[in-house]
Amino acid sequence: MIEIKDLHKSYKMGSNSLHVLKGINFKAEKGELVAIMGSSGSGKSTLLNIIGMLDLADTGEYVLDEVPIKNLSETKAAQYRNKFLGFVFQSFNLINYKNAIENVALPLYYQRVGRKERQEKALNYLDKVGLKEWATHLPSELSGGQKQRVAIARAMAAEPKVLLADEPTGALDSKTSYEVMDLIQNINDEGNTILVVTHEEDIAHMCKRIVHLKDGVIVEDKKVEQVRASEYVQ
Amino acid sequence: MKQLLDRDTWSEIFQSIRKNRLRTLLTMVGVFIGIYIYIGLSGASKGLDNGFEREFKDVARNSMFIWAQNTSKPYSGFKTGRRIQLKLSDADVLRKQVPEIMAIAPRNVRGIFGSSPGLIKRGTKSGNYSVFGDFPEFTKIATKKIYDGGRFINEDDIEQTRKVCVIGERTQKELYNKDEDPLGTYVNIDNVNFQVVGVHKFLGGGPLDNDSDIFIPFTTYQKLYNTGDFVAWFTVAAYDSVDVVQVEQDVKTVLRRIHDVHPEDEKAIGSFNLGEIFKRIFGFANGLTFLSLIVGIATILAGVIGIGNILLISVKERTKELGVRRAMGATPSEVRNQIVLEALVLTLLAGIVGIIAGAGTLALIGVFAEQAGGEFPYTNPTVPIPYVLGSMLLMVVLGILIGLVPAQRAVSIRPIDALREE
Repeated sequence: MIEIKDLHKSYKMGSNSLHVLKGINFKAEKGELVAIMGSSGSGKSTLLNIIGMLDLADTGEYVLDEVPIKNLSETKAAQYRNKFLGFVFQSFNLINYKNAIENVALPLYYQRVGRKERQEKALNYLDKVGLKEWATHLPSELSGGQKQRVAIARAMAAEPKVLLADEPTGALDSKTSYEVMDLIQNINDEGNTILVVTHEEDIAHMCKRIVHLKDGVIVEDKKVEQVRASEYVQ
Repeated sequence: MKQLLDRDTWSEIFQSIRKNRLRTLLTMVGVFIGIYIYIGLSGASKGLDNGFEREFKDVARNSMFIWAQNTSKPYSGFKTGRRIQLKLSDADVLRKQVPEIMAIAPRNVRGIFGSSPGLIKRGTKSGNYSVFGDFPEFTKIATKKIYDGGRFINEDDIEQTRKVCVIGERTQKELYNKDEDPLGTYVNIDNVNFQVVGVHKFLGGGPLDNDSDIFIPFTTYQKLYNTGDFVAWFTVAAYDSVDVVQVEQDVKTVLRRIHDVHPEDEKAIGSFNLGEIFKRIFGFANGLTFLSLIVGIATILAGVIGIGNILLISVKERTKELGVRRAMGATPSEVRNQIVLEALVLTLLAGIVGIIAGAGTLALIGVFAEQAGGEFPYTNPTVPIPYVLGSMLLMVVLGILIGLVPAQRAVSIRPIDALREE
């Protein structure tokens, strides 16, 4: 599903150049649930941004579902993001003047899905994350966990090939974190490919595979016994 | 283009506008005031224009008065200070030599320019009124509105030296009882009986007019006051298309030649060019219209720039939202179009409200002006539809142009930077 070969990325900071990714080789199959771990500055978010086509690599190869991702114009990148990827952010990034169902329907709007079908699909995904009754509430009326669940519903609504979650539990307490991870595991059980960036051990162990990043290189890549989050959720 | 016709695009825009009420309102104020001032000013100047038009509709706009004075330069054997006297025959010469003249009316008068007015008697009532000796041609220059059944002096009156007169409405009021019909009755003008053939309504068309004026045939006047060939002044009307100032000069040149006046003697022949005055008055109204156009456009421009300014700030505020939209798959052109359309909708919305408010204010002023009566030269203050459409078009163009600035700004921020911003 994802194939990355010898990926390099550096940022220019004034006269200095900061080499963030120093030759990443990474592969993920369909249906995998991968945790990308590392301390801050290890390059994990940069890697996720490049996979998410929000950022461009300097050199190296990136193939997503057999489509080589290179020389993207902003328009092309937007279309690929819309078609291939779903995003979940640490700070939820819901649009504050749109209610839950409108937020979930947003990627469908950019997919040119008709109004009626959009509403149906959005409501369906809100139901999946257990927030059907909250459909017409604004983000300001939702708790942190609810917001993140709306964000996940939004990411899934477009039926992406890969779900990218950047510290999805970073702004949540541990109980809510487990609820969110439970949701992510359920989505993965349905066969969706998911990448989760985190620096929390327990969250990482709820994935099926852990990739450790340190100073821009992968230092460890191992399969783990998945801990089901539902065990912690009453 | 497809995006423009899509209902979703519009609901997206209206949602963004509606959910930011205060911002929307503040943004719109500038353009609203701009278009309001524009409509108000150009309507008011149009009203003034109409008002002038109404006031002077009974007067030939390019008319002038020509009279004679004393010479100020010696010429062909005459010394300076000689009194020039216009003659009836001058009119024929002028008609021949200045083809731009549409009508020329020689006139005589008692009661103004220092001469004593005529004494008019009817039964026991009497009064002093100005008496004019006139040709029917005079009505071509200054329309005289004659009340029902009456008429002005005609050719037969002139030829037969009839003792007929047209009296003013005030004269009628002062010499007749309320229910009396003056037509066919007789009044005594300086001891000669005249039959009244008409009563004229007062229309302030020139500097000499009065509501008590009495008109008698020019030929009768000659006999009554023994004026011979003398003419007090000529009232001249030129054709609409010609330059009145030039006609004035031509007429004076001809008169100087007839009366052996030095060609450069500016004092011998006096004139008052009503046409030029009218030109100035209407020029003033046109200038006002033009001014309101400039002021209006400038204010609209300022308002639209205000919209651009606030949208620029709002784009900064919405950096994150726009970043999220782009992460969700909004292409740069979709983001750009959305911002431009928001600017356009705001501009047009404010403009339409401003036009309605401006039209309402104009209607209100119109009502007040009407209540003030005809005193005030202000009629039917309207804005020509092309002006309104033009201002709308201007707003559309400016709205799109100004929207491009924040739109470009929104697009130039990379989604990754937009999302990173806290």
